Amino acid sequence: MSFQFTEEQIKRYSRHIILPEVGGKGQEKLLKSKVLVVGAGGLGSPALYYLAAAGVGTIGIVDFDVVDFSNLQRQILHNTERVGTPKVESAKMTLEALNPDVNVIAYNQRIHKGNVLDIIKDYDVVLDGSDNFPTRFLVNDACYFLGKPLVSAAILRFEGQLTTFDYRDKENSPCYRCLFPEPPPPGLVPSCQEAGLLGVVGGIMGTLQANEALKLILEIGEPLVGKLLVFDALTTEFNVVKLRKDKKCPLCGENPTIKELIEYDQSCDVHF
Amino acid sequence: MEEIKIDRELDLKGEVCPFTFVKSKLILEQMEPGQILRVILDYKPSVENVPKSMREEGQEVLEVKQIGENLWEVIVRKVR
Repeated sequence: MSFQFTEEQIKRYSRHIILPEVGGKGQEKLLKSKVLVVGAGGLGSPALYYLAAAGVGTIGIVDFDVVDFSNLQRQILHNTERVGTPKVESAKMTLEALNPDVNVIAYNQRIHKGNVLDIIKDYDVVLDGSDNFPTRFLVNDACYFLGKPLVSAAILRFEGQLTTFDYRDKENSPCYRCLFPEPPPPGLVPSCQEAGLLGVVGGIMGTLQANEALKLILEIGEPLVGKLLVFDALTTEFNVVKLRKDKKCPLCGENPTIKELIEYDQSCDVHF
Repeated sequence: MEEIKIDRELDLKGEVCPFTFVKSKLILEQMEPGQILRVILDYKPSVENVPKSMREEGQEVLEVKQIGENLWEVIVRKVR
Protein backbone atom coordinates (compact mmCIF):
# COMPACT_ATOMS: atom_id res chain seq x y z
CA MET A 1 0.00 0.00 0.00
CA SER A 2 1.30 3.45 -0.75
CA PHE A 3 -0.23 6.86 -0.17
CA GLN A 4 0.37 10.00 -2.13
CA PHE A 5 -0.92 12.63 0.26
CA THR A 6 0.28 16.18 -0.13
CA GLU A 7 1.43 18.14 2.88
CA GLU A 8 -1.86 20.04 2.76
CA GLN A 9 -3.88 16.81 2.65
CA ILE A 10 -2.01 15.38 5.62
CA LYS A 11 -2.99 18.46 7.60
CA ARG A 12 -6.53 18.67 6.23
CA TYR A 13 -7.34 15.04 7.01
CA SER A 14 -5.15 14.59 10.10
CA ARG A 15 -8.15 14.12 12.42
CA HIS A 16 -9.34 11.29 10.20
CA ILE A 17 -5.91 9.73 9.82
CA ILE A 18 -5.43 9.67 13.59
CA LEU A 19 -8.55 7.52 14.01
CA PRO A 20 -7.59 3.82 14.08
CA GLU A 21 -10.78 3.02 12.12
CA VAL A 22 -9.85 5.43 9.32
CA GLY A 23 -6.12 6.05 8.96
CA GLY A 24 -4.42 6.81 5.66
CA LYS A 25 -6.12 3.76 4.19
CA GLY A 26 -9.59 5.02 5.03
CA GLN A 27 -8.82 8.52 3.86
CA GLU A 28 -7.66 7.12 0.56
CA LYS A 29 -10.97 5.24 0.28
CA LEU A 30 -12.85 8.48 0.86
CA LEU A 31 -10.82 10.33 -1.75
CA LYS A 32 -11.54 7.59 -4.27
CA SER A 33 -15.24 7.34 -3.42
CA LYS A 34 -18.19 8.72 -5.35
CA VAL A 35 -21.35 9.87 -3.62
CA LEU A 36 -24.50 11.21 -5.27
CA VAL A 37 -26.78 13.54 -3.36
CA VAL A 38 -30.29 14.08 -4.71
CA GLY A 39 -31.45 17.54 -3.67
CA ALA A 40 -29.23 20.44 -2.60
CA GLY A 41 -31.75 21.68 -0.05
CA GLY A 42 -32.35 21.29 3.67
CA LEU A 43 -30.93 17.75 3.89
CA GLY A 44 -28.47 17.97 1.03
CA SER A 45 -26.80 21.11 2.36
CA PRO A 46 -25.33 19.67 5.56
CA ALA A 47 -24.79 16.26 3.99
CA LEU A 48 -22.84 17.76 1.08
CA TYR A 49 -20.88 20.06 3.37
CA TYR A 50 -19.61 17.20 5.51
CA LEU A 51 -18.98 14.84 2.61
CA ALA A 52 -16.87 17.49 0.93
CA ALA A 53 -15.04 18.34 4.15
CA ALA A 54 -14.35 14.63 4.67
CA GLY A 55 -12.68 14.44 1.28
CA VAL A 56 -15.17 12.33 -0.64
CA GLY A 57 -13.41 12.60 -3.98
CA THR A 58 -16.37 12.79 -6.34
CA ILE A 59 -19.67 14.30 -5.31
CA GLY A 60 -22.64 14.44 -7.67
CA ILE A 61 -25.51 16.82 -6.93
CA VAL A 62 -28.90 16.67 -8.62
CA ASP A 63 -31.30 19.59 -8.36
CA PHE A 64 -33.18 21.64 -10.93
CA ASP A 65 -34.23 24.46 -8.65
CA VAL A 66 -32.77 27.92 -8.12
CA VAL A 67 -31.91 29.45 -4.76
CA ASP A 68 -34.83 31.31 -3.22
CA PHE A 69 -34.98 33.52 -0.12
CA SER A 70 -37.29 30.95 1.48
CA ASN A 71 -34.48 28.35 1.28
CA LEU A 72 -31.98 30.29 3.35
CA GLN A 73 -33.58 29.50 6.72
CA ARG A 74 -32.00 26.01 6.45
CA GLN A 75 -30.15 25.42 3.20
CA ILE A 76 -26.74 26.44 4.46
CA LEU A 77 -24.83 25.77 1.23
CA HIS A 78 -26.47 28.82 -0.32
CA ASN A 79 -26.50 32.48 0.61
CA THR A 80 -28.31 35.73 0.00
CA GLU A 81 -26.13 36.77 -2.93
CA ARG A 82 -26.95 33.52 -4.73
CA VAL A 83 -30.72 33.95 -4.79
CA GLY A 84 -31.75 33.15 -8.36
CA THR A 85 -28.65 31.00 -9.02
CA PRO A 86 -29.19 27.30 -9.76
CA LYS A 87 -28.78 25.38 -6.51
CA VAL A 88 -26.28 22.94 -7.98
CA GLU A 89 -24.06 25.83 -9.08
CA SER A 90 -24.29 27.50 -5.71
CA ALA A 91 -23.53 24.18 -4.00
CA LYS A 92 -20.55 23.55 -6.27
CA MET A 93 -19.09 26.98 -5.48
CA THR A 94 -19.42 26.47 -1.74
CA LEU A 95 -18.00 22.94 -1.77
CA GLU A 96 -15.07 23.69 -4.05
CA ALA A 97 -14.15 26.65 -1.88
CA LEU A 98 -14.20 24.35 1.15
CA ASN A 99 -12.16 21.53 -0.36
CA PRO A 100 -10.35 21.64 -3.70
CA ASP A 101 -9.77 17.87 -3.50
CA VAL A 102 -13.43 17.29 -4.33
CA ASN A 103 -14.65 16.97 -7.88
CA VAL A 104 -18.21 18.26 -7.80
CA ILE A 105 -20.45 17.14 -10.64
CA ALA A 106 -23.57 19.28 -10.95
CA TYR A 107 -26.71 17.88 -12.55
CA ASN A 108 -28.92 20.90 -13.06
CA GLN A 109 -31.89 18.81 -14.07
CA ARG A 110 -35.03 17.18 -12.82
CA ILE A 111 -34.53 13.52 -12.17
CA HIS A 112 -36.82 11.39 -14.34
CA LYS A 113 -37.23 7.89 -15.70
CA GLY A 114 -35.01 8.63 -18.66
CA ASN A 115 -31.94 9.93 -16.79
CA VAL A 116 -32.02 8.41 -13.32
CA LEU A 117 -30.13 5.19 -14.08
CA ASP A 118 -27.52 7.01 -16.06
CA ILE A 119 -26.93 9.55 -13.30
CA ILE A 120 -26.77 6.99 -10.48
CA LYS A 121 -24.83 4.18 -12.14
CA ASP A 122 -21.27 5.40 -11.46
CA TYR A 123 -21.75 6.27 -7.79
CA ASP A 124 -20.92 4.13 -4.76
CA VAL A 125 -23.57 5.55 -2.44
CA VAL A 126 -26.72 7.60 -3.04
CA LEU A 127 -28.27 10.04 -0.56
CA ASP A 128 -31.88 11.03 -1.01
CA GLY A 129 -32.64 14.50 0.26
CA SER A 130 -35.45 15.20 -2.17
CA ASP A 131 -38.71 16.88 -1.28
CA ASN A 132 -41.30 14.92 -3.23
CA PHE A 133 -42.61 11.40 -3.53
CA PRO A 134 -42.18 10.86 -7.29
CA THR A 135 -38.44 11.51 -6.93
CA ARG A 136 -38.14 9.38 -3.80
CA PHE A 137 -39.78 6.38 -5.46
CA LEU A 138 -37.82 6.81 -8.66
CA VAL A 139 -34.48 7.13 -6.85
CA ASN A 140 -35.35 4.17 -4.66
CA ASP A 141 -36.32 1.92 -7.55
CA ALA A 142 -33.26 2.94 -9.56
CA CYS A 143 -30.93 2.25 -6.62
CA TYR A 144 -32.64 -1.11 -6.13
CA PHE A 145 -32.22 -2.11 -9.78
CA LEU A 146 -28.58 -0.96 -9.82
CA GLY A 147 -27.74 -2.48 -6.41
CA LYS A 148 -26.58 0.80 -4.85
CA PRO A 149 -26.82 1.61 -1.15
CA LEU A 150 -29.37 4.38 -0.54
CA VAL A 151 -29.36 6.59 2.52
CA SER A 152 -32.82 8.07 2.83
CA ALA A 153 -33.92 10.91 5.08
CA ALA A 154 -37.05 13.00 5.36
CA ILE A 155 -38.00 16.03 7.42
CA LEU A 156 -41.22 17.83 8.31
CA ARG A 157 -42.13 20.30 11.05
CA PHE A 158 -40.07 19.16 14.06
CA GLU A 159 -39.52 15.59 12.95
CA GLY A 160 -36.90 13.77 10.98
CA GLN A 161 -36.56 10.20 9.74
CA LEU A 162 -33.54 8.29 8.53
CA THR A 163 -32.78 4.82 7.24
CA THR A 164 -30.29 3.08 4.97
CA PHE A 165 -31.30 0.59 2.30
CA ASP A 166 -28.36 -1.52 1.29
CA TYR A 167 -29.26 -2.82 -2.15
CA ARG A 168 -25.88 -4.53 -2.47
CA ASP A 169 -27.52 -7.10 -0.19
CA LYS A 170 -31.10 -7.29 -1.47
CA GLU A 171 -31.76 -10.54 0.39
CA ASN A 172 -31.43 -8.88 3.76
CA SER A 173 -32.20 -5.22 3.30
CA PRO A 174 -35.78 -3.98 3.31
CA CYS A 175 -36.54 -1.43 0.61
CA TYR A 176 -38.32 1.92 0.58
CA ARG A 177 -41.42 0.23 -0.81
CA CYS A 178 -41.52 -2.21 2.12
CA LEU A 179 -42.13 0.95 4.14
CA PHE A 180 -44.26 2.81 1.59
CA PRO A 181 -45.52 0.50 -1.21
CA GLU A 182 -46.82 3.45 -3.25
CA PRO A 183 -46.81 7.22 -3.09
CA PRO A 184 -49.62 8.61 -0.94
CA PRO A 185 -52.53 10.24 -2.76
CA PRO A 186 -51.74 13.83 -3.68
CA GLY A 187 -52.50 16.22 -0.85
CA LEU A 188 -52.49 13.62 1.93
CA VAL A 189 -48.97 14.30 3.15
CA PRO A 190 -48.26 18.00 3.53
CA SER A 191 -45.10 19.45 2.05
CA CYS A 192 -42.63 21.53 4.04
CA GLN A 193 -44.03 24.56 2.31
CA GLU A 194 -47.46 23.81 3.69
CA ALA A 195 -46.53 22.39 7.06
CA GLY A 196 -43.38 24.27 7.95
CA LEU A 197 -40.08 22.97 9.19
CA LEU A 198 -37.61 23.93 11.85
CA GLY A 199 -34.50 24.50 9.75
CA VAL A 200 -32.11 22.76 12.10
CA VAL A 201 -33.98 19.45 11.71
CA GLY A 202 -32.61 19.29 8.16
CA GLY A 203 -29.16 20.02 9.57
CA ILE A 204 -29.39 17.13 12.01
CA MET A 205 -30.86 14.57 9.63
CA GLY A 206 -28.65 15.57 6.68
CA THR A 207 -25.58 15.29 8.88
CA LEU A 208 -26.69 11.81 9.92
CA GLN A 209 -27.04 10.92 6.23
CA ALA A 210 -23.44 11.99 5.67
CA ASN A 211 -22.43 9.85 8.64
CA GLU A 212 -24.14 6.81 7.11
CA ALA A 213 -22.43 7.44 3.78
CA LEU A 214 -19.00 7.75 5.38
CA LYS A 215 -19.50 4.51 7.32
CA LEU A 216 -20.54 2.68 4.16
CA ILE A 217 -17.47 3.93 2.29
CA LEU A 218 -15.09 3.21 5.15
CA GLU A 219 -16.79 -0.13 5.90
CA ILE A 220 -16.86 0.63 9.60
CA GLY A 221 -19.58 0.38 12.23
CA GLU A 222 -23.06 -0.73 11.35
CA PRO A 223 -25.21 1.02 8.78
CA LEU A 224 -28.79 1.82 9.74
CA VAL A 225 -30.20 -1.04 7.65
CA GLY A 226 -33.54 -2.52 8.71
CA LYS A 227 -34.01 0.29 11.19
CA LEU A 228 -35.80 3.59 10.96
CA LEU A 229 -34.47 6.36 13.15
CA VAL A 230 -37.05 8.95 14.14
CA PHE A 231 -35.94 12.25 15.61
CA ASP A 232 -38.23 14.58 17.56
CA ALA A 233 -36.73 18.05 17.85
CA LEU A 234 -39.24 19.16 20.48
CA THR A 235 -38.26 16.50 23.00
CA THR A 236 -34.74 15.98 21.59
CA GLU A 237 -35.41 12.27 21.41
CA PHE A 238 -34.23 9.67 18.95
CA ASN A 239 -36.20 6.46 18.55
CA VAL A 240 -35.25 3.49 16.45
CA VAL A 241 -38.01 1.35 14.97
CA LYS A 242 -37.29 -1.97 13.37
CA LEU A 243 -38.03 -2.22 9.65
CA ARG A 244 -38.89 -5.60 8.24
CA LYS A 245 -38.56 -6.81 4.74
CA ASP A 246 -42.09 -7.23 3.38
CA LYS A 247 -42.61 -10.53 1.56
CA LYS A 248 -45.46 -8.87 -0.32
CA CYS A 249 -43.40 -5.83 -1.27
CA PRO A 250 -44.14 -4.90 -4.90
CA LEU A 251 -40.42 -4.28 -5.53
CA CYS A 252 -38.34 -6.64 -3.39
CA GLY A 253 -40.96 -9.19 -2.26
CA GLU A 254 -41.36 -12.79 -3.34
CA ASN A 255 -43.57 -11.94 -6.30
CA PRO A 256 -42.52 -8.47 -7.38
CA THR A 257 -44.85 -6.58 -9.69
CA ILE A 258 -42.50 -3.67 -10.27
CA LYS A 259 -39.84 -4.67 -12.74
CA GLU A 260 -39.10 -1.36 -14.34
CA LEU A 261 -38.94 2.29 -13.40
CA ILE A 262 -42.23 4.05 -12.72
CA GLU A 263 -42.68 7.77 -13.02
CA TYR A 264 -45.41 9.13 -10.76
CA ASP A 265 -47.05 12.48 -11.33
CA GLN A 266 -45.89 15.44 -9.37
CA SER A 267 -49.17 16.44 -7.75
CA CYS A 268 -48.27 20.06 -7.33
CA ASP A 269 -45.18 21.65 -8.69
CA VAL A 270 -44.06 23.55 -5.67
CA HIS A 271 -40.36 23.94 -4.97
CA PHE A 272 -38.99 23.84 -1.48
CA MET B 1 21.77 -5.63 23.46
CA GLU B 2 20.82 -6.92 20.08
CA GLU B 3 21.16 -4.47 17.20
CA ILE B 4 17.76 -3.37 15.90
CA LYS B 5 17.45 -3.53 12.13
CA ILE B 6 15.71 -0.39 10.96
CA ASP B 7 13.59 -0.80 7.82
CA ARG B 8 12.57 2.81 7.43
CA GLU B 9 13.57 6.09 8.93
CA LEU B 10 11.50 9.23 9.19
CA ASP B 11 13.02 12.60 10.03
CA LEU B 12 10.34 14.71 11.67
CA LYS B 13 12.54 17.58 12.83
CA GLY B 14 10.45 20.74 12.77
CA GLU B 15 7.14 18.87 13.03
CA VAL B 16 4.79 19.23 15.99
CA CYS B 17 1.84 17.27 17.39
CA PRO B 18 -0.33 15.80 16.08
CA PHE B 19 1.50 15.73 12.74
CA THR B 20 4.47 13.85 14.16
CA PHE B 21 2.12 10.96 14.90
CA VAL B 22 0.05 11.41 11.74
CA LYS B 23 3.15 11.23 9.53
CA SER B 24 4.63 8.31 11.47
CA LYS B 25 1.34 6.45 11.20
CA LEU B 26 1.07 7.07 7.45
CA ILE B 27 4.55 5.60 6.92
CA LEU B 28 3.85 2.67 9.22
CA GLU B 29 0.60 1.90 7.38
CA GLN B 30 2.65 1.45 4.23
CA MET B 31 5.07 -0.99 5.89
CA GLU B 32 4.69 -4.72 6.49
CA PRO B 33 3.95 -6.25 9.90
CA GLY B 34 7.24 -7.00 11.68
CA GLN B 35 9.08 -4.12 9.99
CA ILE B 36 10.70 -1.45 12.09
CA LEU B 37 10.41 2.33 11.79
CA ARG B 38 12.77 4.85 13.38
CA VAL B 39 11.35 8.33 13.91
CA ILE B 40 13.53 11.34 14.70
CA LEU B 41 11.84 14.07 16.72
CA ASP B 42 12.85 17.47 18.03
CA TYR B 43 9.53 18.44 19.56
CA LYS B 44 9.48 17.35 23.19
CA PRO B 45 5.72 16.69 23.63
CA SER B 46 5.81 14.34 20.64
CA VAL B 47 8.38 12.19 22.43
CA GLU B 48 5.57 11.20 24.79
CA ASN B 49 2.66 11.43 22.41
CA VAL B 50 3.99 9.45 19.46
CA PRO B 51 4.83 6.31 21.51
CA LYS B 52 1.54 6.64 23.43
CA SER B 53 -0.55 6.84 20.26
CA MET B 54 1.45 4.05 18.63
CA ARG B 55 0.74 1.77 21.59
CA GLU B 56 -2.96 2.70 21.47
CA GLU B 57 -2.98 1.54 17.85
CA GLY B 58 -1.50 -1.76 18.92
CA GLN B 59 2.03 -1.15 17.64
CA GLU B 60 5.11 -2.15 19.60
CA VAL B 61 7.37 0.68 20.80
CA LEU B 62 10.89 -0.73 21.04
CA GLU B 63 12.79 2.33 22.13
CA VAL B 64 12.41 6.00 23.08
CA LYS B 65 15.79 7.65 23.53
CA GLN B 66 17.38 11.09 23.61
CA ILE B 67 20.09 11.13 20.98
CA GLY B 68 21.21 14.75 21.16
CA GLU B 69 20.33 18.15 22.44
CA ASN B 70 16.60 18.49 21.75
CA LEU B 71 16.71 15.37 19.62
CA TRP B 72 15.03 12.03 20.22
CA GLU B 73 14.42 8.76 18.45
CA VAL B 74 11.37 6.54 18.70
CA ILE B 75 11.64 3.02 17.34
CA VAL B 76 8.41 1.19 16.54
CA ARG B 77 7.75 -2.31 15.26
CA LYS B 78 4.65 -2.62 13.13
CA VAL B 79 2.38 -5.23 14.66
CA ARG B 80 -0.71 -4.67 12.51
